[in-house]
Amino acid sequence: MSRLPVRKTYKLFIGGRFPRSESGRTYEAEGQNVARASRKDARDAVRAARAAQPGWAGATAYNRGQVLYRLAEMVEARVVEFAALCSGREEVERSIDRIVWYAGWADKLPQVLGGSNPVAGPYFNFTLPEPTGVVAVLAPDEPPLLGLVTRLVPPLVGGNAVVAVASETHPLAAIELAEAIATSDVPAGVVNLLTGYRAELAPVLAAHMDVNAIDLTGADGERAELERLAAENVKRVVRGRADVQSPWEIASFLELKTVWHPLGL
Amino acid sequence: MAELERTSASQPAAPAEWAYASAPEARDIVRLADRYGHFVGGDWLEPTETYATIAPRDEEVLATVGQGTPADVDRAVAAARAAYADGWSSLPGSERAKYLYRIARLLQERSRELAVLESLNGGKPIKESRDVDLPLAAAHFFYYAGWADKLEYAFPNRRPRPLGVAGQIIPWNFPLLMLAWKVAPALACGNTVVLKPAETTPLTALLFCDLLRQAELPPGVVNIVTGDGRTGAALVEHPGVDKIAFTGSTAVGKEIQRRLAGSGKRLTLELGGKAANIVFDDAALDQAVEGIVNGIYFNQGHVCCAGSRLLVQESVYEPLVAKLERRLATLRVGDPLDKNTDVGAINSAAQLAKIRELVASGLEEGAEIYQPPCELPEKGYWFPPTVFTSVAQSYRIAQEEIFGPVLSVLTFRTPDEAVAKANNTPYGLSAGVWTEKGSRILWMAQRLRAGVIWANTYNRFDPSSPFGGYKESGFGREGGLHGLEPYLEFEE
Repeated sequence: MSRLPVRKTYKLFIGGRFPRSESGRTYEAEGQNVARASRKDARDAVRAARAAQPGWAGATAYNRGQVLYRLAEMVEARVVEFAALCSGREEVERSIDRIVWYAGWADKLPQVLGGSNPVAGPYFNFTLPEPTGVVAVLAPDEPPLLGLVTRLVPPLVGGNAVVAVASETHPLAAIELAEAIATSDVPAGVVNLLTGYRAELAPVLAAHMDVNAIDLTGADGERAELERLAAENVKRVVRGRADVQSPWEIASFLELKTVWHPLGL
Repeated sequence: MAELERTSASQPAAPAEWAYASAPEARDIVRLADRYGHFVGGDWLEPTETYATIAPRDEEVLATVGQGTPADVDRAVAAARAAYADGWSSLPGSERAKYLYRIARLLQERSRELAVLESLNGGKPIKESRDVDLPLAAAHFFYYAGWADKLEYAFPNRRPRPLGVAGQIIPWNFPLLMLAWKVAPALACGNTVVLKPAETTPLTALLFCDLLRQAELPPGVVNIVTGDGRTGAALVEHPGVDKIAFTGSTAVGKEIQRRLAGSGKRLTLELGGKAANIVFDDAALDQAVEGIVNGIYFNQGHVCCAGSRLLVQESVYEPLVAKLERRLATLRVGDPLDKNTDVGAINSAAQLAKIRELVASGLEEGAEIYQPPCELPEKGYWFPPTVFTSVAQSYRIAQEEIFGPVLSVLTFRTPDEAVAKANNTPYGLSAGVWTEKGSRILWMAQRLRAGVIWANTYNRFDPSSPFGGYKESGFGREGGLHGLEPYLEFEE
């Protein structure tokens, strides 16, 4: 008698939990029923991200680097599963290596981007990078895993919390990644992953007043409208590439803070 | 106690009477033409529409200037594009540097003339234009001159390249200094520019064109089109512009961001603020009072980073407010060209109306007002230094940018409460912290969501120090190495 396998329900990842869409809707992708997040799910994800962000930003850079390295370990442990959900093993390995590469930036970036400024007066003056806050990411449709990792990890390294909309056509790799994140030490709410219709979710995130920056890499025809919506709270708008690896990708989601203090007795 | 001190401050015992002797700066150093055109391709372009620009201190008409039309903007962009292609972008950085050094030197040489004109056309006290605006404008050109031939060291492995034509729109509060903040890094990076000065303060930018002639800057590298918001809109929407840099209000900044949606043009915004200036009970109160006064009354409060919300720890609220009100009574409000003047004229009738409207809302919502006794001139636009106490966070005077000499005082008990109140605004440009405790300064500096933190000082600026906002105060930095990036693209 052959054993009947236990099937997985493909759910959202919000605030460290795996809820179904509050709307009760799913859509079919890659032969599976996948949760179709509603606008309310998107707003819930932003709330979770906002609540988690100060703690993540307040962790030491060394700690953030280790947590992201742990994520690479968790993905490595699932290479076979991930390979079946994207273009194959090579894409998974490149994704893992990219996470490791970015993990190492956590405690180095402030030295590259910041510094002290030689002002003409009796003041000590220095500039430091800080996270911008909550970042919305529209992941590209392809490559399903590497594209998401490429856009998701840079804002995380710098201390932002992220609400990401997965590839609409290939969402299963994103759901698998959410499960790896949940079993790493990334605090709940720091990464939130939504599956569903991009056309439905993207405008909510672009217009949301508590989202500080939006990555439109995965946006297609609606880009101009999303940028218009983003202006409502002066969002930082990033138009990136699906396969790129650079510290300046991290810098797009950082603010620079400059502090002055007089010198004297 | 505070009440007693207030009374004694307004009724000084002796000497009973002495006449005030003003120390006016001579204005004859400035020779204005009756009429100015737009500066396009190194020449004056006769405007098709004009308006009068005035001195806000007495509404004297100073000159007639052009109201730039879309056709004028088009010619300026074409001139900038031609200058970009005809040599400026391929000129060695070391040569671009020398032009910028020349401009810096010319600003120093002609600083008195420019300072007088700045105060005349803008209304700011001559001691500020002389000691702040002009030295900083020259320093800005000098600083960015040095970067022009060192860009590959600023951005290793990134192969920086200029963007092309930058459209730059600047405000009326620091007309020439904002021109310097915009033009110097753009030119250092190899771009050419079309700059639109603010509607009410075009004159120092137009006089700057004479410095460009003296510097022998190639024609078309800097073009200046004067006019109001319609001229700015034409510049924003011109397809030949590769980048827009805007300093001004958050409302206009949002509109520009909307209009550029989908265009692919690069954008930096330096917008409004509602900065908290936070005084802890261990602060040196007399120094803090000087910082508070400098924070909100500098340039009549026409400062995007002005410390317009004073947050005072409850235990020192009464003595601090008493000291502040006593200090306010010593501020001299009057002729911008008087070297003794601390608070000059409000920049325009429209701005004065906006200040009055917000002050009226403060009274209506229940705040208590203090204004020192001071005589305001009859002609021109004036508003006395004003302090509101008993202000709730929800009041408009605690939420909206007034851009005038109006301070709202709020209180807090704990550092956490100070942080929460300071950050309770859509803005995030700057903040001030006053305390003798070093670890608390750093703790606060880390938590305040603002681009510039002044600790035990306020309103300090330097070309090497990046300036710019968090949240709705804009994005991008001006000053420092970071101020180059908005004017470059990279081959990575």
